[in-house]
Amino acid sequence: MVTAEATIRTVPKSESGIWSWITTVDHKRIGLMYGVTAIFFFLVGGLEALLLRIQLARPENDFVSAETFNQLYTMHGTTMIFLVGMPIAVAFFNYLMPLQIGARDVAFPRLNALSYWIYLFGAIFMNASFLFNAAPNGGWFGYVPLSSDYSPGPNMDFWVIGLQVLGVSSIMGGVNFITTILNMRAPGMKLMRLPPFTWMTMVTSFLVITALPVFAVALFMVTFDRFFGTRFFDPMAGGDAELYQHLFWVFGHPEVYILILPGFGIISEVIPTFSRKPLFGYSLVIYSGILIALVGWGVWAHHMFAVGMGPIADSFFAITSLIVAIPTGVKIFNWLATMWGGTIEFKMPMLWAIAFLLFFTFGGVSGIHLGVAPADLQETDTYYVVAHFHYVLLGGLVMAIFAGIYYWFPKITGKFLSEKIGRWHFWFYVIGMNMTFFPMHIAGLLGMPRRIFTYSADLNLETINMIITIGGFLTGIGALIFAYNLIKSLKGPATAGPNPWGASALEWATQSPPPAHNFNNIPVVTSREPLWDDEAAMLEQANGEIKKPIHMPNSSYWPIFTAFAIVLSSALLMTGQWWAPLIGFGLIALGILNWTHEPA
Amino acid sequence: MSFRQPLLRRFAVLPIALSALSFTACATEYPQTTLQPVTDFGAEINSVFYLAFWLTMAILAIVVVVLGYVLVRYRSRPGATPRKIYGNNLAEILWTAGPAVIVVIILVPTVRTIFNTYKEAPEGALVVEAIGHQWWWEFRYPELGLTTANQLHLPVGRPVEIQLSSKDVLHNFWVPRIGGKRYNYPTVALPEGAPAPKNYKRLSFTIEEPGEYLGQCAEFCGTSHALMRMKVVAQTEAEFQAWAESMKSPANAIPEPGTLEERGYNTFMRGGCIACHSINGTSATFSSVGPNLTGIGSRWSIGAGTAHNTPENLAKWIQNSGSMKPGSQMTPFPQIAGEDLEALVAYLRSLK
Repeated sequence: MVTAEATIRTVPKSESGIWSWITTVDHKRIGLMYGVTAIFFFLVGGLEALLLRIQLARPENDFVSAETFNQLYTMHGTTMIFLVGMPIAVAFFNYLMPLQIGARDVAFPRLNALSYWIYLFGAIFMNASFLFNAAPNGGWFGYVPLSSDYSPGPNMDFWVIGLQVLGVSSIMGGVNFITTILNMRAPGMKLMRLPPFTWMTMVTSFLVITALPVFAVALFMVTFDRFFGTRFFDPMAGGDAELYQHLFWVFGHPEVYILILPGFGIISEVIPTFSRKPLFGYSLVIYSGILIALVGWGVWAHHMFAVGMGPIADSFFAITSLIVAIPTGVKIFNWLATMWGGTIEFKMPMLWAIAFLLFFTFGGVSGIHLGVAPADLQETDTYYVVAHFHYVLLGGLVMAIFAGIYYWFPKITGKFLSEKIGRWHFWFYVIGMNMTFFPMHIAGLLGMPRRIFTYSADLNLETINMIITIGGFLTGIGALIFAYNLIKSLKGPATAGPNPWGASALEWATQSPPPAHNFNNIPVVTSREPLWDDEAAMLEQANGEIKKPIHMPNSSYWPIFTAFAIVLSSALLMTGQWWAPLIGFGLIALGILNWTHEPA
Repeated sequence: MSFRQPLLRRFAVLPIALSALSFTACATEYPQTTLQPVTDFGAEINSVFYLAFWLTMAILAIVVVVLGYVLVRYRSRPGATPRKIYGNNLAEILWTAGPAVIVVIILVPTVRTIFNTYKEAPEGALVVEAIGHQWWWEFRYPELGLTTANQLHLPVGRPVEIQLSSKDVLHNFWVPRIGGKRYNYPTVALPEGAPAPKNYKRLSFTIEEPGEYLGQCAEFCGTSHALMRMKVVAQTEAEFQAWAESMKSPANAIPEPGTLEERGYNTFMRGGCIACHSINGTSATFSSVGPNLTGIGSRWSIGAGTAHNTPENLAKWIQNSGSMKPGSQMTPFPQIAGEDLEALVAYLRSLK
């Protein structure tokens, strides 16, 4: 219940109801909000995709206009990457990582809440553009000069401003998670005893804080070209459009590792649990994750093989791109070796992990073809690329996320997701996903470029496109079945104890769901698999009599307030007046001032 | 939960893979296929693709077989106990070195092909400037003093160098049967006759088979990106020269007086068209804002592949190109109607 006169010096005390969510700084609640919001936008992005696929089911179709199609495909990509892929990972980082390291919360709880609210308001801002029939329409990558000089109107303003703001949210989160992992581990939790998911949280967070700023720079340059008359990319002014491409992909390639590494982390948790066997080659799985993140900085221009950078540049990037496949293969073989000699339980999380192994590898294989620069000259900018990245994302990341949700749902809610409904979800999704994206390899090789609102009947690609569209709908049905499973299972009986799957990591020592303070006593860790090596001791410490006083961070109004002020300031730039954001700066200052004065 | 499920998954993959093979078929059936190249450039690209393809298929097969085996052999059964193994250094070495070897095998021909495809075209190659516009292709032949649009005539058996640039946004020149694609960048305008600076924004190839090859822009360039198409007409040297002659001195540029075509010619010269369009053999040769219309009667399409080249489509295009090509920058001409329109269409279609 919130007191009527909330002054600067008091903090909100709600523990239930909507105010408790608005003022929460609990990593578990923030994680849940990220998750629910991301799943919502997953359905939005999926709807956008289905509209695209209806248009493309037949050649020379007129289901949507060219302009609408261009807005839909731009927002589909932007939504799936920035409003779904990254936030869903953050949902998992938030909920699980403090539990896995034996902490009570993250290092900066209010900053954590700020990141979420910026994400939510930024996402609303970008999607509000649809209300004005002015959604971004320059592609999710926004190449110049199309996005700078040749897109008059507010569409690409929403894009540059929205993504800039969302980037800020991500960077704050990255700083928070790294600080937490390095500083707040339980006694005995050495770095090489961290669960693989927490390791991937840390590696991903390092990528986020280094890659997002590069995108911020590129976005600033486009923003200034659009609003303030600069000419960063105009050859007549000494600029070059190619510069934007380099900046974008120096961000963009690490970005795809930001997307997939959390998925790798989840798979590294699920497979050992359901094989009843330790993760094979733990150190090498961790080191390959780090290596992928490092080498991933050196491959960006494989997105630019058709640019004509010259044979030396093309060769360099072809070489690095194929090299980065090696640590990825190492992980896959280690996962297979984990299963080898185990006893495999075919529960839903494991089914998803198995499907991940198969379909992510498919995507990895087409990725190698794309890394062969001369072959890429045919494949790039065609449906071959679309097939590749949808396999690694829908066959990789999304399947890992489904595995993670089925796996940790009992910990979060105390209930199980229905295995029966889960099987329907699984088969619709797996069959649908393959039916949608496998034929795209063929369409690309038969000459269908990307980002086209229609195609000529002369190309004879109608049948392939119709199959793809039908597959898309099957996939969508799978997603809806998943949403149904979530809702239905929340009403089920709370039968999951602390460790229903017999897993090994620390989060399985607490109650399901965990209390707000996570552990009654912070466990002292003595191995990499604490619950396999001494379950009784871990359970006793986590749930037994509280031996030391517990201080939890206070809730606060100021994160949501400041987030709103930040997004408002940025949105005011849409007026085209340089001074308009300054109005919002006053609100930001107010928010920060109150934030710093309230008790933590 | 039976053990059949993982097997089912494994086998579900097979029909997909088999159907893929059926599409390596006819180029006549798939005019933009990448799998039937007609140039040295295209063939070289394909051979390194096939190498990478088959080697990676082998790796995929190993993963699929091992996965299938593991799922069957190690499924949970009563009495089964897992072994507590944490790792194996030899295994790690093998499955790191193995893929590394495959990577090297793929990279050697890859790098060689990269250098080959960037080689400068030899002296005497035909130089064509492909200039991208929103949303049509301008093709200039500097040595022949010719400019055309959307339909690119090229000789068979002679090296060709396409130099790429753009008048506005990024475009991407792609004719799959010729080979790979290359971006068109906006560049600083060069003085007339100055040689292109040494850069890599070009494609070099020699066409080995006469025929007509469809292509289209492959970089999203705005509203009608999907409708920025082109056709390469690869002809014998003699036919190519004949075409060039007919372009320099077109037969029907100025029609006989009293004909319908002449009325159309007058409509063209006075209706505002010459502000953007040029036709060799007339006095309208100064504007390159819009596509050059010399020989438009023989082109395979209207509006860079937007519609088939028929009198009805041409009439509709002239009156309101935006209704056929969203965002088209050609102003509508609804005032050209009735007999004037019919005459103009007849004139343009007579330009062969």
